[in-house]
Amino acid sequence: MSIKIALAGNPNCGKTTMFNDLTGSNQFVGNWPGVTVEKKEGRLKGHKDVTITDLPGIYSLSPYTLEEVVTRNYLVGEHPDVILDLVDGSNIERNLYLTTQLTEMGIPVVIALNMMDVVRKNGDRIDVQKLSAALGCPVVETAAVKGEGSMKAAQTALQLAQSGRRTEPQHTFCDRVEQALTEIEEAASGKIPAENRRWYAVKLFERDEKVLAQIALSPVESMQIEKAIAACEQEMDDDSESIITNERYNYIAKLVKNCVHKKHSGLSTSDKIDQIVTNRWLALPIFAVVMFFVYYISVTTIGDIVTGFTNDTLFGEWISPAVENFLVSINTADWLVGLVVEGIVGGVGAVLGFVPQMLVLFLLLCILEDCGYMARIAFIMDRIFRRFGLSGKSFIPMLIGSGCGVPGIMASRTIEQDRDRKMTIMTTTFIPCGAKMPIVALIAGALFGGAWWVAPSAYFIGVAAVIISGIILKKTKMFAGDPAPFVMELPAYHLPTVVNVLRGTWERGWSFIKKAGTVILLASIFVWFTSSFGFVDGSFGMVEDMDASILAAIGSAIAPVFAPLGFGNWQSTVATVLGLVAKEEVVGVFGTLYAVAGDALELVEAGDFGALGNIAQHFTALSAYSFLVFNLLCAPCFAAIGAIKREMNNAKWTWFAIGYQTIFAYTVSLMIYQFGLLFSGHGFGLGTGVAVVFLICYVWLLFRKGYKEDGHLKAVVPAAVKAQ
Amino acid sequence: MKTLKTAKCGETVVVQKLDGEGALRRRIMDMGITKGTSIYVRKVAPLGDPVEITVRGYELSIRKGDAENILVE
Repeated sequence: MSIKIALAGNPNCGKTTMFNDLTGSNQFVGNWPGVTVEKKEGRLKGHKDVTITDLPGIYSLSPYTLEEVVTRNYLVGEHPDVILDLVDGSNIERNLYLTTQLTEMGIPVVIALNMMDVVRKNGDRIDVQKLSAALGCPVVETAAVKGEGSMKAAQTALQLAQSGRRTEPQHTFCDRVEQALTEIEEAASGKIPAENRRWYAVKLFERDEKVLAQIALSPVESMQIEKAIAACEQEMDDDSESIITNERYNYIAKLVKNCVHKKHSGLSTSDKIDQIVTNRWLALPIFAVVMFFVYYISVTTIGDIVTGFTNDTLFGEWISPAVENFLVSINTADWLVGLVVEGIVGGVGAVLGFVPQMLVLFLLLCILEDCGYMARIAFIMDRIFRRFGLSGKSFIPMLIGSGCGVPGIMASRTIEQDRDRKMTIMTTTFIPCGAKMPIVALIAGALFGGAWWVAPSAYFIGVAAVIISGIILKKTKMFAGDPAPFVMELPAYHLPTVVNVLRGTWERGWSFIKKAGTVILLASIFVWFTSSFGFVDGSFGMVEDMDASILAAIGSAIAPVFAPLGFGNWQSTVATVLGLVAKEEVVGVFGTLYAVAGDALELVEAGDFGALGNIAQHFTALSAYSFLVFNLLCAPCFAAIGAIKREMNNAKWTWFAIGYQTIFAYTVSLMIYQFGLLFSGHGFGLGTGVAVVFLICYVWLLFRKGYKEDGHLKAVVPAAVKAQ
Repeated sequence: MKTLKTAKCGETVVVQKLDGEGALRRRIMDMGITKGTSIYVRKVAPLGDPVEITVRGYELSIRKGDAENILVE
């Protein structure tokens, strides 16, 4: 008989550790249907027929957050055989709040009272027998970090599931509420399943939108129920949702008083650490030091070394030549060698080259998250970032993004709020990454005589783009909706566990390789094909010069689109398109197309701008700057697009992000070029008029009243309307 | 009436009433801030917002804008 165990609990209660402990390496990571919430499943060690589902970490079963709705739907719809509810013994009051909701669902519940090592260390005592009797379910003491009791908890859950005994909720609310619940149960008796009658009665009492939509009540039933709720609300002078929450906590407070004996001691170690780390004066300096190390290790030193190694040595010197030699030795056609070596290995290799660096970064992020500092970062930076619709945690993706956008986008994973995360993903690549620096250096060197201000201005434009986009997007309908409260737990500090950190690091790296790989493979093949094939003398075939390639033809066709931006020649267009493979390619492609003697990228790096005169001839200072801005802001490289796709987990949002970035880049470059022309005395033309229109649009988008007010009402109205 | 927003660091206050509605109110209550709960105001973030409080034995951070909905005594 196969058994499904659902692992439920609050965030930060040690659920991931327990899950790893119980399943070992038998894990499958996926997503819950239709949403970006991660779903993990695994097999219980030594039990092939027992599946454990790791539910999202949640505080409650309200209908308001994605994670909570996913969990509810799973518990109601999929009927797991038993719920293993993890309760943090050192934070028992709030943790039991979820437990009171889980025991109402008509599914057997076993409580794993976790973090007992911390409880004992603090000198507190918990009367497990009393707790078990009061909650009506078995309670097993565990310390998942030390591997204590996890298996026993799982065994207890298995036994309970096999015995077929359902957990009956033991907690009761005050008489007035119980009376209303009984009335509701009677009124809706035909519509709600008997085994979780209590759950439905409570949800109907709360006027839960999701449940009301699910059960079609007749007008008579609705009226009876509404009457019962309204009477209770009037007597207790509160709304029904609050009444239930209050009653739950009142019950728990009494229970905890009976079962938990706290030894009153001074500040805990965690409190002492926190006093320093988030101290009013020390918090920012400490934060700066931590961020410096994260950046220094993942981007400047170790990150750079491993990326350099994988790109230049592993792929450049070992794999590519080896594959080429092999293919040539078995007489493969030239075009196929080209496809495999330049197209597939070259393209995918350019992307996989980022993986080691990403692993280094993820390792650091996992440590920060696991030890509890990540929540403090949000606490420290929230004030600045929330003005632009971002989260305090957006700081890390942006910082990392200045090194490389790919790990930057992936770092957005630590942001819980869906909206803040999407906004961060969309704006992170505006920050100029390391690969865009050669473009900046080329333009600055070849056209501005190495002027000092070009590079800082690139960063300034990047940051401005983030802020402007944040403000504009925050006011749109898709980002408005219900106001997301920032009520965040600051978990106690603790030492990260090696298994958790390594597993977390690997999972993120692997998911990037898998998801990003497909996009990048296809895109690389497409770009390779269009740049190496074309029509020469009327016949189709591989071409020597890129001038004759399909890409050049496409470039010529698209080029006029960029004329209002000042660079309507096909070379710039081709360079921009190839920049999608890797941004530094733009420089190399210019070198090839404008017949620069030598490797343009190396010339730029060596600061030898005299040899790049050929490129300078095709631009004015203004058109070059406009080209620079467009390339800084437009769609990022394929690797980053792959990362966006992975994190958005949704084709529509991915396209929206890329489309938005490109349109933003186009309009900003157009304004720069056209206003530049105007102010350098070229008169007012059609282009200037278009630029003025864009400017007015942006000012309007920035200063219009947001969608917020409506969104706020929306959260309340349907419940009231449906109840009538 | 006094709100959590105006409460000073180091002060312990008791929740009297919760304003606001829908998701926001529910979320605040789900986290354990209900009528009669005592809240200890630990500290303010370095940039002046949000604040860190101790409620039901654990640490919670809440924006001043949201704390305004919590009437205390």
